[in-house]
Amino acid sequence: MELYDLIFYFFAIVTVVSAFMVVTSKNIVHAGFNLLFTFFGVAGIYVLLGADFIAVVQLLVYVGGILILLLFGIMLTNKITSVELRTGTAHIIPAVIGVGIFWGALTAIVAFKTDWVEVNTASTESTTIIGLGNLLLTDYVLIFELLGILLLVALIGAASFARREIEELKD
Amino acid sequence: MEVGLSHFLVVSTALLSLGIYGVITRKNAVMVLMGIELILNAANINFVAFSKYGNFGLEGQVMALFIIVLAAAEAAIALAIVLNIYKTFNHVNVDEIEDLKE
Amino acid sequence: MSESILVTLSIVILFLPLLGFTTVLLFNKKFPKLYLFEVGILIGAFLLSIVVLIVKLSSYLDTEIVSSFTWIDFGDVPFLGRVSVELGVKIDNVAAIMVVVVNLISLLVHVYSIEYMRGDKRYNRYFAYLGIFTFSMLGIVITHNLLMMYIFWELVGLSSYLLIGFWYEKKSAADAGKKAFIVNRVGDIGFFIGILILFTSYNTFTFDTIFEQIAAGNLPFGSSAWLTAAGILIFMGAVGKSAQFPLHVWLPDAMEGPTPVSALIHAATMVAAGVYLIARIFVMLTADAMLVIAIVGAFTAFIAATIALTQNDIKKVLAYSTVSQLGYMVMSLGVGAYAFAFFHLVTHAFFKACLFLGSGSVIHAMHHEQDIRNMGGLRKKLPITYASFLISTLAISGVPLTSGFLSKDGILAGTYAFGSLTGHWLIPVIGFGVALMTAFYMFRLVIITFHGQPRDQHKYDHAHESPFVMAMPLVVLGVLSVFIWYTPLPHSPDAGWFISSWVKTPHTVVPAESSFEFMVGGAAENAGIIHSEMYTEAMHHAHYPAMFLSLILGGLGILLAYSMYQWKKIDPDKIAGKVPGLYKFSLNKWYIDELYDAIFINPTVTLSRALAWFDNTIIDGIVNGSASLTRFISALSGLFDTYIVDGLVNFTAFFSGFIGITFKKIQTGKVQTYIVLVVFSVILLIFIVSPF
Repeated sequence: MELYDLIFYFFAIVTVVSAFMVVTSKNIVHAGFNLLFTFFGVAGIYVLLGADFIAVVQLLVYVGGILILLLFGIMLTNKITSVELRTGTAHIIPAVIGVGIFWGALTAIVAFKTDWVEVNTASTESTTIIGLGNLLLTDYVLIFELLGILLLVALIGAASFARREIEELKD
Repeated sequence: MEVGLSHFLVVSTALLSLGIYGVITRKNAVMVLMGIELILNAANINFVAFSKYGNFGLEGQVMALFIIVLAAAEAAIALAIVLNIYKTFNHVNVDEIEDLKE
Repeated sequence: MSESILVTLSIVILFLPLLGFTTVLLFNKKFPKLYLFEVGILIGAFLLSIVVLIVKLSSYLDTEIVSSFTWIDFGDVPFLGRVSVELGVKIDNVAAIMVVVVNLISLLVHVYSIEYMRGDKRYNRYFAYLGIFTFSMLGIVITHNLLMMYIFWELVGLSSYLLIGFWYEKKSAADAGKKAFIVNRVGDIGFFIGILILFTSYNTFTFDTIFEQIAAGNLPFGSSAWLTAAGILIFMGAVGKSAQFPLHVWLPDAMEGPTPVSALIHAATMVAAGVYLIARIFVMLTADAMLVIAIVGAFTAFIAATIALTQNDIKKVLAYSTVSQLGYMVMSLGVGAYAFAFFHLVTHAFFKACLFLGSGSVIHAMHHEQDIRNMGGLRKKLPITYASFLISTLAISGVPLTSGFLSKDGILAGTYAFGSLTGHWLIPVIGFGVALMTAFYMFRLVIITFHGQPRDQHKYDHAHESPFVMAMPLVVLGVLSVFIWYTPLPHSPDAGWFISSWVKTPHTVVPAESSFEFMVGGAAENAGIIHSEMYTEAMHHAHYPAMFLSLILGGLGILLAYSMYQWKKIDPDKIAGKVPGLYKFSLNKWYIDELYDAIFINPTVTLSRALAWFDNTIIDGIVNGSASLTRFISALSGLFDTYIVDGLVNFTAFFSGFIGITFKKIQTGKVQTYIVLVVFSVILLIFIVSPF
């Protein structure tokens, strides 16, 4: 499985490096574009894990939806023409130390200390869509419907919230 | 070393740590949101990886799906809030928004 | 009509006045005419009681109707055995007659009061009190056990108290009410102890059960002395309620109440309750107890009569006359003349009520003048009152053709027979002497009040005959004082239905050795009718001598009264002047009140003063001392509070504030700071729970 490993390392490096770029980039627009690569990398990892449908949804929703939303947010909250798009950072040194320790500890536990029992259920199905569809409309149908309502409410709420006038807020 | 569950988990922890780092350090609210997206992605990788290597069938993937939906809703609401913050303070630097204090 | 209907009717009669009482008391503010409701209720009760009497006498002449239920069942009590308390009614002839008498007089007094009390500010309340009194009195009459008897006994005491003190703004009235209540309490203690003796012995309050036990030879604590004691103790209750010596002092004072109340309660019914009580327990009285009763009765009759000779307040004369007549009844029971005692109770109730209502009429006419020395010649102004008053006076004096003649002769014959059988001749002597005095003082009262010339012209001119509602009861009661209601032959009560068939002397249940010889025995067929041939014979022999003797003495008394006050042949003042000591003695009521003042009241007051001093100095000293001690300790504890406890509290607050100020800095209000903290905490957690 040389190729599989190779592809995995490729996507892992893409993901982690672009994520690193996201959180360290001074330019917020650069950060946004780096996020795109992160999402792609994650989608690739999904494919490697045999979750084709999730990978597609990842691309559609994250790249096509959330990322666009974030870019809109950037553009609406920064006066592109006059103000620089650089954004400041704070607490860098304690954050680096803290997150470093955190990451180290977590990785140590997850990757080395825990004795995972791996049951490689290599799916015989060529696609997971049928299985997911069955689950969503049988065992998880209630949550599925609730999530639909949640999305609807969230969209309506976001729209009305974003449209509110400043004077109202100041009251 | 053959790629197994641990590899995916290491990627996931890295993403999680980077997300937290972003949330902590960045001043811009939109950047904070990006950090949160990273954290959510890390969680999703975990779910899908356990779904493959664990004996759970497709349920992990279903969870990942739900998380994506939640992330979408969260992003929408969060951006609406950010827009409001911008209207109120004329900037979106979270470290300068201290009205929660007192 | 079946027995159960009769019982139901009796209970309805009992509760009707209570209904009137509660209704009037609750709603008298809203409906000023509510007293008419009370009067209406009494009319209903009276009519029902007539029905009960007629049915009882026609269908159940020789049956005692008893109906009871177990109120409290204590079960098998250790050391006592089965104990249960029964409530119930007992309707015998005596009770049935008594119910009618009570209801009739109560009704007449109600009607009379409509006019007499008009304009009083507590008009409705007065009628409510009459209602509760009637209820309580009926309860005494129809109950079949001592417990209910005692309860209703106290209830009549209460209603008597309320009515004597009805005009409580007057100090004398309030005092009289208190006096009546307290004096009665003395007697009631004896009554209560007597009941307890019987209850401890027989575990029951029911009359009939107690009597059965005694008849079976089951004496209290195995001794007839205890039976005597129980009898005398219960008699003490009667002494209080029926105003016998030495507890008679409350009754004359009770005349402070409204006059119709005096007629109803303190002449006709309540004071007769004592006599009724003795009649109820008559069968269990031993010879000793009966002798005590007879002596007390005779002595009471005597002293009351001597006091009545010289009183000048019209109501006081009647009050002492009542005491004297009650003494007669008690004496009569003591000598075994049961039927005549009850007979006298009934006839006395009518003519004494008539006398009191008549005196009320006089007082009303004279604008609340009660001193007979300011009256005179009223017969022309108050013809109806005079006529009824005169009839009643004749009755109480024992003049032939009146009811009083019948009953009084019976009693005198009873005492005569008693004297001849036992040798206690003093009792009949006193009895006849009292008959003489009674005739004298009653005619003295009539002559001074109604005959002669008016002494207070102004009041005389304004006097007027009472309106119909006041005159009607007088007429009814006067008519009831005539012999024809009780016997067809005016000279022989034995021929009458009252004595010969309605009221029969019950057979004693006391063991023969502790009973009077003449009470014992009697053939079985005679049992329950009269004690024995011996007594019947003696009564029969005594009948004519007693009758003639009482006629002569009564006539003598009347003659004496006429010669003193009407014809002025003898000057009463001269006689009084000749024996000033005796006159003063009588006028001042044998100085009994003063004696009580000296013996009981003043020592009590002195003791109370001493106790008050003790209270004020010693007890209060201790209390005040402990108070100051407490204050001192409180001051100490206050200091402790201020400096130590408050110090701690303040320090805690200060410490909290300090910590708050210190750690406020962490609360930056920045989301990111919080997240940092969270991350550090999670790291810590990882190290704590992790397998490192």
